[in-house]
Amino acid sequence: MTTQPSSPDTTSGSSGSKAAAAIEKARGEGRTALIGYLPAGFPDVPTSIEAGIALAENGADLIEIGIPYSDPVMDGHVIQEATVEALAQGFTVPQIFEVVEGITRRTDAAVLVMTYWNPVMRMGVRAFAERLAAAGGAGLITPDLVPDEAAEWLEAPEEFGLDRVFLVAPSTSQKRMQTTVEASRGFVYAVSVMGVTGARTSVGAAAQAVVDAAHGAGADRVCVGLGVSSSAQVREIGAYADGVIVGTALVAALRDGGVPAVAELTRELSTGTPRTAA
Amino acid sequence: MTDTHQGTGPDGTGTPDPIGDGAAEAFLSHDRSLRNAPGPYFGSYGGRWMPESLIAAIDELQETFEQARADPEFTAQIAELNRNYAGRPSLLTEAKSFAEHCGGVRVFLKREDLNHTGSHKINNVLGQALLAKRMGKTRIIAETGAGQHGVASATAAALLDLECVVYMGAEDTRRQALNVARMQLLGATVIPVTNGSQTLKDAINDALRDWVANVDTTHYLLGTAAGAHPFPAMVRFFHEVIGEEAREQILEQTGRLPDAVCACVGGGSNAIGIFHGFLDDPSVALYGFEAGGEGVETGRHAATITLGRPGVLHGARSYLMQDEDGQTMESHSISAGLDYPGVGPEHAYLADIGRAHYEPITDAEAMEAFKVLSRSEGIIPAIETAHALAGAMKIGRRLAADLGPDERPSDRVVIVSLSGRGDKDVATAAGYFDLLPDDSAEQEIAEEGEQL
Repeated sequence: MTTQPSSPDTTSGSSGSKAAAAIEKARGEGRTALIGYLPAGFPDVPTSIEAGIALAENGADLIEIGIPYSDPVMDGHVIQEATVEALAQGFTVPQIFEVVEGITRRTDAAVLVMTYWNPVMRMGVRAFAERLAAAGGAGLITPDLVPDEAAEWLEAPEEFGLDRVFLVAPSTSQKRMQTTVEASRGFVYAVSVMGVTGARTSVGAAAQAVVDAAHGAGADRVCVGLGVSSSAQVREIGAYADGVIVGTALVAALRDGGVPAVAELTRELSTGTPRTAA
Repeated sequence: MTDTHQGTGPDGTGTPDPIGDGAAEAFLSHDRSLRNAPGPYFGSYGGRWMPESLIAAIDELQETFEQARADPEFTAQIAELNRNYAGRPSLLTEAKSFAEHCGGVRVFLKREDLNHTGSHKINNVLGQALLAKRMGKTRIIAETGAGQHGVASATAAALLDLECVVYMGAEDTRRQALNVARMQLLGATVIPVTNGSQTLKDAINDALRDWVANVDTTHYLLGTAAGAHPFPAMVRFFHEVIGEEAREQILEQTGRLPDAVCACVGGGSNAIGIFHGFLDDPSVALYGFEAGGEGVETGRHAATITLGRPGVLHGARSYLMQDEDGQTMESHSISAGLDYPGVGPEHAYLADIGRAHYEPITDAEAMEAFKVLSRSEGIIPAIETAHALAGAMKIGRRLAADLGPDERPSDRVVIVSLSGRGDKDVATAAGYFDLLPDDSAEQEIAEEGEQL
């Protein structure tokens, strides 16, 4: 990637980045950014749009919509079951743009798409980027794509203005932390524990170390995901991170209580976002 | 094509895709050796399409492997285990009666079925289990389809005092109940996988999820020459002994190189192991036989190279059975060991440059070859291996049909990788050939086996 221009402060440049703007807006209001994840097409496409809107209207600053995929190796049982059901209901990848557009048309939340890489590769990276931008999407979170393999995605035209959210983990070396922070745009996704998605009673002590390392490598915005399910955890993580990502707990709420349950849990989670004056 | 990906070199710089710049021609003119390809890329295939959480682990594995392969103590350890534990070198047996079904060409069987645990799988598990020890890991995890790799992994773990957990599709644990018991007798824990399609690919997904959570103590002992770098090059390295022995043995027995080498291809580990010995011998044609299932026209098959498209799955870019959305499709084969929708990236490369040729063999063709070998040679092959035998019958006949005026069929020589023995498949085969009484317990197992 020697041909790829990169600057050490890529993530600090928020110009055109919808995710960065959303996180900075929360910061300006004295809050930790709240990011809610739900899979597209679960339990069906219209409901997933309504649930996304409910996230935005009840305190989520960013919405993360997942593309159901046949081999989700970073996901635990709750999200796997939801995405298997979405696929069984006939979800197709191009419907992701319908869901993104459905949410962005009715809210001003930034909407990121979380996707394993093969569906993007199959459609063609440029074609996917173009359609995502046209739908009003903010960018992509890519759990099984590391910057080393992301040449095509890193070369996606700037005109689409899409954020590139890569993951860093407790196992990430200092050198890789640096290159991953530099390749990211919008924010850096810090994996809180070594494991897959799923609610946990406590978020590992490793999370703060990962966030500190990412900040130290020049990231202006670092958000923590995996295992977060309560406002108490949001508050705890907000002490050192710029944003908190909640997935499994919201998917379980949608499964058990529909859109109202998503709204209620989002309100509860958002009570953990105000930062005490420091 | 929108889905082609330019390979990125190991130094992080973009390297041109060799498919377009005449790699096959360069090879044929002896400019370039295809042996010992180091990865991470084989042309535009391979790479490390993995979650960041696992990159440190595969970095550590790569480093440990590279140090080990250059360490005479390690290679001596492998050689000693191969000789005195696995039973190597395996024989090269001329199959004179089976040859009559192959157009009369001379056919030699590379007898991996005679290795300890009954297949080539032992070569790889001993090597990787030793690497796990060198890394200070105390636990190995593995995936298995039919159970061969799971049994081999459990065996290596017992020998080297490692904890062993094997992930196996729930459906396969029922079909292969005796193999589950074998693994348990060896001290392994078998976890039935109920996610997704409950097949081999889902067993790999669950093994990866386990690995992410336990990577400090655990090595993922992948069973085939696929997955993220360094697995394809590393698994091949441990299986290269098949091709090295076969090349030496055929020269000794016939005084010449073979005209063709045949192997079955699921992920492709036995095939890449035997092919490697002959990669730089342009006169030797290499044939990989994929599972054609009920016929490639039916959609119920596992002929990944024949009909797949490039994509990424389980850490590597390679040919992949996928739909228009990039979702992995379910594969079908009477052979659980070939029932995988991906294939090792080096095979994808060898196919593209034309160095190796890949063809589908249907369930029916494989079962016919299974019967022919059993009756003509007294050797019951694994159903996976039967695909290679069916392929050899076709290749032999083609060679015999294409002789010069003064040549005889016996002037042609074919080697078949007899990758495994068929004991594990007796219930399936007995059901297929209708050899069981209707009310026997085996009949029930066989009927389930037929629902593959």
